[in-house]
Amino acid sequence: MAERSSMPLIEVSNLGVRLNTSRGPAQAVRGVSFALKRGETLGLVGESGCGKSVTAMSLMGLLPDSAVVTGSIKLDGNELAGLPDADYCRLRGNRISMIFQEPMTALNPMHTIGNQVAEPLRRHKKYSAGQARKEAIALLDRVGLPDPARRVDAYPHQFSGGQRQRITIAMALACEPDLLIADEPTTALDVTIQGQILDLIADLVDERGMSMILISHDLGVIAENVQRMMVMYGGTVVESGPTDEVFRRMGHPYTQGLFRARPKLGARKGTRLKTISGTVPELADLPAGCTFSERCPLVIDACRVALPPMVEVGPGHGVRCIRTDVSMAETVGALSA
Amino acid sequence: MSVFVLRRLLTLLATLVGASLIIFLVLDALPGNAAQMLMGADASPDAVRALTAKLGLDQPLAVRYLQWVKGLLIGDLGNSYVYGTPVAGLIAERLVLTIPLAIMSMAITVTLALSAGIYTAANHNKLGDVGVMSLTQVGIALPNFWFAILLVLLFAVRLQWLSAGGFAGWEDGVWPGVKSLLLPAVSLAVVQAAILARVTRSAVLEVLREDFVRTARAKGLGKREVLWSHVLRNAMIPVMTVMGLQFANLLAGTIVIENVFYLPGLGRLIFQSIANRDLIVVRNCVMLLATMVVIVNFVVDVLYALIDPRIKVHDL
Repeated sequence: MAERSSMPLIEVSNLGVRLNTSRGPAQAVRGVSFALKRGETLGLVGESGCGKSVTAMSLMGLLPDSAVVTGSIKLDGNELAGLPDADYCRLRGNRISMIFQEPMTALNPMHTIGNQVAEPLRRHKKYSAGQARKEAIALLDRVGLPDPARRVDAYPHQFSGGQRQRITIAMALACEPDLLIADEPTTALDVTIQGQILDLIADLVDERGMSMILISHDLGVIAENVQRMMVMYGGTVVESGPTDEVFRRMGHPYTQGLFRARPKLGARKGTRLKTISGTVPELADLPAGCTFSERCPLVIDACRVALPPMVEVGPGHGVRCIRTDVSMAETVGALSA
Repeated sequence: MSVFVLRRLLTLLATLVGASLIIFLVLDALPGNAAQMLMGADASPDAVRALTAKLGLDQPLAVRYLQWVKGLLIGDLGNSYVYGTPVAGLIAERLVLTIPLAIMSMAITVTLALSAGIYTAANHNKLGDVGVMSLTQVGIALPNFWFAILLVLLFAVRLQWLSAGGFAGWEDGVWPGVKSLLLPAVSLAVVQAAILARVTRSAVLEVLREDFVRTARAKGLGKREVLWSHVLRNAMIPVMTVMGLQFANLLAGTIVIENVFYLPGLGRLIFQSIANRDLIVVRNCVMLLATMVVIVNFVVDVLYALIDPRIKVHDL
């Protein structure tokens, strides 16, 4: 057991994912590596199309058939990459669960919520219909759905967005997974509901000792909910480290740009939001060298030659940039700007 | 639920009233006097006038319409101009053939279409999908009467497994009757099945792209289980809509197919009655077909509500 707790629960090394898009093959994820122990939380942050969801889906083994996965994904030391679907089915919803972005469409409109929450229990734990129903009511109660014993037979359209997200959380937690992947779990919700749902997820992660990978484009959500974070851009991890450390000394020009671009309370009316100039590159035609080079204010010729290596700038804090001498020196200015 | 059914029933009644008006007016506007047709071109004008009066054809339009509707309600459809026997009896005799033919044909259509549609969707863009979809393309292009003749050439003339036409009746048991309806049912079903298979395939493919399919997979369900337990029920709505419409097509198709196979069914009765200007038979037959189509679509509407829990709320 002692040995088990020191071993990472999930270990991803040099993960690469190649997708077939309408614009040709695209390297959606390149050289992503991380390890997560039991009970640890990791945040993935970046703009849409940066590869954070593709990374999550490759952990779930749910990429399209045409996707080519390279590298290794290990759960408790067992290789998951290339696992046959039938074996993967025994892990999904059982040891690894996922919460999705759109609670309005993530539930099947034709099935009662009780049946949908009970489904993983019946499948993985072989519960009887009666047992599974009882457990489903208990789970719905735990996630804060009002009056679960009565509403267990209702259909998804009879619930609000926040309530539906609670239902999908109950579903994901049914079999007490070791790893929970939450892909933008609050993006589609009202601001007032967002906090409640994040608190609920945090409580449940704590209570059950799960590990969690939280995906968000919202730096605020990441700052408050995870111990470690990875910033992704163009399919690569551009910065990673303990959340506090990254926020204190952000080293990558992209991370700094993201930070500057967030709306601030107390800004004078009419103040324009800072933006990162340019657009996210198409994954099908990424620039050679640093993926951020086209938009980077600090770019030099050397940036366009080869993908920069991860540079250790602090304990466990890595930045994929060859200009950290300049960017880190400017950090103080960047943060106050 | 009962409110939903009630509203649907009212729509059904209104549709039937509209249909009866159109059928009556169109047939009335047709050129050619039934009495003249019956007595031949040489008949004396007096005799023709007497027969016209006897048949009630000299009454005003509205009176004749109301008499017909009253007859429909009490089950008295009048007598055939040509045979002189009650129309209701003529139709009943023919339905013994046409209803089993329609049911067989619909059953073949649904079986073929659902299996082909689900198979191709599950194997999207693979060889099986492309192959079966090419076959449906051919199926859609086939005129059913021509396909019927090919079937006759193969199964009746060459292999001699089935007869080329005629109806054995139900007196000698079920099998001889079914056997004589097999080729007509298949020729009616093939085109319909080809269309329905394509509808099924695209409906299933569309549902497969839904978020809840990904959720179901994330719960640990295999692709096949997701297809059966989560996808099909959602995909059935468009499929059933088309099935309802196809039923109307199928009834129209029986008119042609019953003629190809010399089957004494409703379609052949309509065909002969039109040729004989036996308009009272034509009118009642067409009204019957319209009623069947409207009722099938009513059943489809009720099935929507049974399948999709959201429909009761929106009260479609």
